Amino acid sequence: MRPEFPAALRASIPVLMGYLVLGFAFGLLLSTQGLGWGWALGMSVVIYAGALQFAAVGFFAAKVGLVQIAIATLFINIRQAFYGLSLLKKFADTGWRKPYLIHALTDETYALLTTIKPAEGLDEKWFAFFLSMLNHSYWVTGSVLGALAGNAFHFDTRGVAFSLTALFIVLAMEQYKTRRQILPYVIGAVASTVALMSVSSKNMLIVSIVLSLVMMFALRSRVEAGGKRDV
Amino acid sequence: MSETTYLLSAIAVMAVVNYLTRAAAFLFFPSGKTPGVIRFIEIYFPPVILTILIFYSLKDTDFQSTPYGLYELAGVGLTVGLHLIFKNYLVSIFGGTVGYMALVQGWIF
Repeated sequence: MRPEFPAALRASIPVLMGYLVLGFAFGLLLSTQGLGWGWALGMSVVIYAGALQFAAVGFFAAKVGLVQIAIATLFINIRQAFYGLSLLKKFADTGWRKPYLIHALTDETYALLTTIKPAEGLDEKWFAFFLSMLNHSYWVTGSVLGALAGNAFHFDTRGVAFSLTALFIVLAMEQYKTRRQILPYVIGAVASTVALMSVSSKNMLIVSIVLSLVMMFALRSRVEAGGKRDV
Repeated sequence: MSETTYLLSAIAVMAVVNYLTRAAAFLFFPSGKTPGVIRFIEIYFPPVILTILIFYSLKDTDFQSTPYGLYELAGVGLTVGLHLIFKNYLVSIFGGTVGYMALVQGWIF
């Protein structure tokens, strides 16, 4: 076994809990449309996007047209276009792994890949690949289990989704250690607050990203002057 | 269109469009060489997006009625506190989540 695997496994554990539970919830929801575990498996393998898959259950129920689905998908996940920008260099020499690394680029995987550096001597390409695959496998496993459980059982999972909030908090704190400046966090917080107060919560993400980009460029010289790491 | 054909097409549409959003940056900058503007985003954007994701994951918090978002605030505080003390992200995430679940499921109050 490559030594990157246990390292990636360790790094992926915080996502394990969140993905199993959210995936489970998705599978459960899908089963209410009379769709079995095979559909949950297929969707989680080929789509692999949390919010979108939940929305998909609604599309199916309402028989929403394909063009509308395409447009909705674009709006729900357009934020991911910005994620790639932070990973151009990291993914540059990943060879055959690259198409898969792109496919598996969820919020959580993006957050881990931009924060955690594998230990000295480990190959970053393999680390990123294993980490992406592990997270993906948790999501697929959760959704299949959820679909299998159907409505047969009731689990009190209220509050478990907070594990994803906690993951983002911890990663934000870790990133502060590598670049000791507070301004990007302030920009993120202000953009989010303004977006939450002015648009519906389903549009909040893309609006905050656009607002924060505007603020970042308006304050570019101050952001760059505060950064310790070289370009 | 039969039910199965509709479902398969819908899933294919979502998979393709979703993949394109993830691939967009790599399609526009295939060499990985980027203008300064993009490099600026590359380097300084991750902490911004993490902060936004924290707010996003808490976006459905209800500040209008009891407990006025205090559970979320307590969960965030607990996670930050644990991380400052133990510096171990499994402890922080697990502790913060269990603490938050205890509050929302009424194990305590």
